[in-house]
Amino acid sequence: MENVPADLKYARSHEWVRERADGTVEVGISDHAQHALGDLVFVEVPSVGRGLQQGEAFAVVESVKAASDVYAPVAGTVLEVNEALARTPELINQDPYGAGWIVRLKPGAPPAAAELLDAAAYAALAEAG
Amino acid sequence: MAGRLEDSLGLRTPLYDLHAALGARMVDFGGWDMPVNYGSQIEEHHAVRRAAGVFDVSHMGVLDLRGARTREFLRQLLANDVARLTQPGKALYSCMLREDAGIIDDLIVYFLDDAWFRMVVNAGRRARDQAWIREHAGAFGVAVEERRELAMLAVQGPQARASLASLLSPAAAAAALGLGAFVGAQLGTWFVARTGYTGEDGFEVMLPAAEAGALWQRLNACGVRSCGLGARDTLRLEAGMNLYGSDMDERTHPLESGLAWTVAFEPADRRFIGRKALEATRSAGGGNNAVGLLLADRAVMRSHMRVATAAGDGMVTSGTFSPTLARSIALARVPAAAAVAGARVQVEVRGRLLDAQLVRPPFVRSGRVLVDLDGGARAAP
Repeated sequence: MENVPADLKYARSHEWVRERADGTVEVGISDHAQHALGDLVFVEVPSVGRGLQQGEAFAVVESVKAASDVYAPVAGTVLEVNEALARTPELINQDPYGAGWIVRLKPGAPPAAAELLDAAAYAALAEAG
Repeated sequence: MAGRLEDSLGLRTPLYDLHAALGARMVDFGGWDMPVNYGSQIEEHHAVRRAAGVFDVSHMGVLDLRGARTREFLRQLLANDVARLTQPGKALYSCMLREDAGIIDDLIVYFLDDAWFRMVVNAGRRARDQAWIREHAGAFGVAVEERRELAMLAVQGPQARASLASLLSPAAAAAALGLGAFVGAQLGTWFVARTGYTGEDGFEVMLPAAEAGALWQRLNACGVRSCGLGARDTLRLEAGMNLYGSDMDERTHPLESGLAWTVAFEPADRRFIGRKALEATRSAGGGNNAVGLLLADRAVMRSHMRVATAAGDGMVTSGTFSPTLARSIALARVPAAAAVAGARVQVEVRGRLLDAQLVRPPFVRSGRVLVDLDGGARAAP
């Protein structure tokens, strides 16, 4: 079934957040989301240096089926974007939690506690549809 | 009055359990639970362009029409002329029109013998089609029977015919491989036709439902990939083929849907349903034309998007990402004055106007790209 790694936090809008040892965070979309979208064909990423509000649309993932906004699960400044997605958007299908990461952020204000889900809560949300 | 339980559940083809076992992602399509892909729609698409794939198209309706006056009846019922069918097994693509020329359905009709024709109609139109056909068939003494006991598989791609033939007896294989384009033949309990909806060579096989799963698995075993409706849609769009409900419906007529070639105005004395309305439209001129669009930008055109042209607005009727061209392609309806191959238009994609080039479909046939991706229209028709 769909993969929901236990060490990540998740937004209700299907993004994941990985807190890294250096204090930055990595963001991508969940295995559930990539399954629902189908084969990705284009990914629009933000510019490095852009400041993001929590919940702000900052990227677009377009699949054979539809274009979808990706929302910032935490506030922060874009430090790095995954340039490989321009040529190989299918990395998100193949490895959504690894090579398919979308941006790395310097987090701003800490997220409101209730906003992010742990793996168990997210798995339940994804299961419910 | 409460609805019937079966109406609230998706209809299932005889292959439903097999699709589930193969890991298909299922979607609703015209009331049917159908596989959209078995993992990757794009890989399935490439398999059909480069080798072979198999599709479950058992949701389509197979209607047998019998009676001594069936040919005469169909010459009135259909916009294309079944008088063109003289060889048993030969098929014809046609629209079935209302009196006002609105398209009730597009279909394939096979001439089997002088008192027996077979139609294959769209899944979502089975009930509407049968009601319309029966309404008109009585006067000709033609009986209509839906062959619900048959499943249908489409085996498509450059290796499709050889793959299917390898599973037949030597005599049946020779007969199948001897079929000309758009011709079918009854081989034992199977009806095998050299038809399809992908722009590749191949067969469509109608067979008893109980035999369909075994055929599917034997095809898989000889390298034919399971393909879902997602790949079927990108393949047909690359091949410039219309999809009923997107590129035409009861509110549009064949002349504005890229289907003028399927309307047989000659002989002039054939009074097919919709003829008068089409003749009036034709003599009025103007109106809309169906065209193809190619997008240079990294975005995907989708149905209902606005197409801005020098002669006014048009609309995308179906759009997608073309796996073969690695860019977005679409079928659209634009003002006739703007329908010039090579013209530049703009498509409104999520609030932005993006440049697109008008081309004449098909985009891809038999594995070959037929449009110029670097600008300029395709030289030869």
